[in-house]
Amino acid sequence: MSTTLTAAPPTGLLDLYGEMVLIRRFEEAAERQYKAARIGGYCHLSSGQEAATVGTVAAMEPDDLLVTGYRCHGFALARGVSPEAVMAELFGRRDGCAHGRGGSMHLLDVSRGYYGGWGIVGGQLPIATGMALSLVRRGAPQAVLCELGDGAVNMGAWHESLNLAAVWNLPVVFLVINNQYGMGTSVERASAEPDLFKRAGAYRMTGERVDGDDLEAVIESAGRLLTAAREERKPAVLEAVTYRHRGHSVADAGLAYRTKEEIEERKLADPIERTKALLRERGVNDEQFAAADAEAEAAVERSIAFAESDPAPDVDRLAAGMYAPGSGGQFERMVPGSPLGERELVFSGGLGE
Amino acid sequence: MSAATEAKADPSVAAPASAGTELMTYREALRLAMRQEMQRDPSVFVMGEEVGVFDGSYKVTAGLLDEFGPDRVRDTPISEEGFVGAGVGAAMLGERPIVEIMTLNFLLVAMDQVVNHAAKIGAMFGGEVRCPLVIRTPNGAGNQLTAQHSQSFDAWFAGTPGLKVVSPASPADAKGLLKAAIRDDDPVLVIENLPIYKEKGEVDVDPELVTPIGLAAVPREGSDLTLVTHSFATVRALKVADQLEAEKGVSVEVVDLRSLRPLDVETVATSVAKTNRALCIEEGWPTYGVTAELAARIQLACFDDLDAPVERLGMAEVPLPYAKELELAAMPTEERIAGAILRTLDLAP
Repeated sequence: MSTTLTAAPPTGLLDLYGEMVLIRRFEEAAERQYKAARIGGYCHLSSGQEAATVGTVAAMEPDDLLVTGYRCHGFALARGVSPEAVMAELFGRRDGCAHGRGGSMHLLDVSRGYYGGWGIVGGQLPIATGMALSLVRRGAPQAVLCELGDGAVNMGAWHESLNLAAVWNLPVVFLVINNQYGMGTSVERASAEPDLFKRAGAYRMTGERVDGDDLEAVIESAGRLLTAAREERKPAVLEAVTYRHRGHSVADAGLAYRTKEEIEERKLADPIERTKALLRERGVNDEQFAAADAEAEAAVERSIAFAESDPAPDVDRLAAGMYAPGSGGQFERMVPGSPLGERELVFSGGLGE
Repeated sequence: MSAATEAKADPSVAAPASAGTELMTYREALRLAMRQEMQRDPSVFVMGEEVGVFDGSYKVTAGLLDEFGPDRVRDTPISEEGFVGAGVGAAMLGERPIVEIMTLNFLLVAMDQVVNHAAKIGAMFGGEVRCPLVIRTPNGAGNQLTAQHSQSFDAWFAGTPGLKVVSPASPADAKGLLKAAIRDDDPVLVIENLPIYKEKGEVDVDPELVTPIGLAAVPREGSDLTLVTHSFATVRALKVADQLEAEKGVSVEVVDLRSLRPLDVETVATSVAKTNRALCIEEGWPTYGVTAELAARIQLACFDDLDAPVERLGMAEVPLPYAKELELAAMPTEERIAGAILRTLDLAP
């Protein structure tokens, strides 16, 4: 898939442009819905990071596995999770892609090999590493793409995971989305070596930096590294340098640690505009752009309508799924003397069923 | 999942036909369980520091590398967070990793993977993905290992929804519970104990015999007092109970919890209804501990049965010191257990 996309005809790239616009419109809608109090919890937007998101996911094979951090709306959409299922999840509805259990940070879709959406910075790295270990144990010809932010590279889990992946030759590509800030702390203030890709060298692992706003360059780099992971069991670090247009989360105006001028300057290099310019050079016309834009907007509208009408998850199933089927019997003898309401809320609610 | 673990936990259920018993140490029983399960299921593998070439820090995995090879007996760097998390990820794809942590103290550096990740998967994935991970690790004091190597955090893990925690006290249950943990589809923490590794007992070697998770045992029947405990404290309690019966005619019933989550309160309550007195003992610090939970549940379940307040005994609430005299002073020794039994029976001098 990656090799064909590298030489993608304008129609393939135009589809990816459409995905980028979908993500941008989706994030704008999510912010509005959050401010209207229909989305709760945390809500981290990825506007500005669309080329890095769409390009790396486009380089994955359909049966490759994806694991990400919490800024994950774009990754879920790029991996093909329907906007309806993602928006319903943000609304905390029954048919959300995480059953209303996860919200913004914990999107997932196992049928698409998307194993979450994880909320502890760096915590997903050991898990992605273990998934790659499982692929090797089974002789499966797949790779894992593990996304993280620039803030995660100073966690111990980063070091431990890269070292394990390297000593065990595991098929995993660690994708660092370097959007310049871990919350409000810039890469320069946080990392003694701000060329983050260079850290791969400490593990004798390939490390590359790519302009994360250049869609074609992202596809090429990610495709090459994922192929090496799949075919040669070579882990790698890919640092995609991009910029977060919005604050850390919807609750952050994003101005305490950077200037308006900086943001405006970076917006001039908007990856959607850059992709549009590229496609225009290759003969895509205004009519085609307008059609793609309209389709993205309509998809977002449909997702909101769906989420509005989707019912809440069934409260009676509060504990469902927490333990494996058959576990109900193991817990039966725990009922005597349990705290108020526990019997009704947990033990009678499908624990282990 | 096996029929034995799936079956409703009920002490009246007869054990499967025996394939014969052998006298072995707790350590050997654990090894037998791993060997049997690795022979039975290729998705089972062992991973941890020094489990292979070194034969295991406490020799529990001795010989397994020769038998199963380095893919299934995988030495790791000193990276608990990394390899516990790798176990979580592998388990999510259907492997059954047994991750050995050298001692429970070191599991704290992997706490994020255990509590924030492994414990959450069933719920967060709505049952679509399971995490059949086993973490085995010894706790315990008594070897002058001092403040950072002598702790028992059983209650921290047992208080976490999404985890299962077992802590066998006998070689037979070491084999049976570890096998049940390996076959279980949820993350199970198997808390072993350093001094208990050398304890010997008869073990039914039947490869299909497992000890059900969530079912306590009553290794000693009695009429005056219910002593509820787990792990090595059970070994001590049984000795003390025999001694007090001989010396003072006191009849102590011992309940060995075996599982901490799920916790078999039913067996405890049935016993307390008979004896009307309860003493709970643990090797951890009692404040917010296993005995705190037991006391709360016993008073709710057995309020009308109790002739005396529920008593507790645990580790003195200090970081464990080095000097032997100081360490012994902090521990729930046999002498302190005897004193606690007599106090609970209003027989203290």
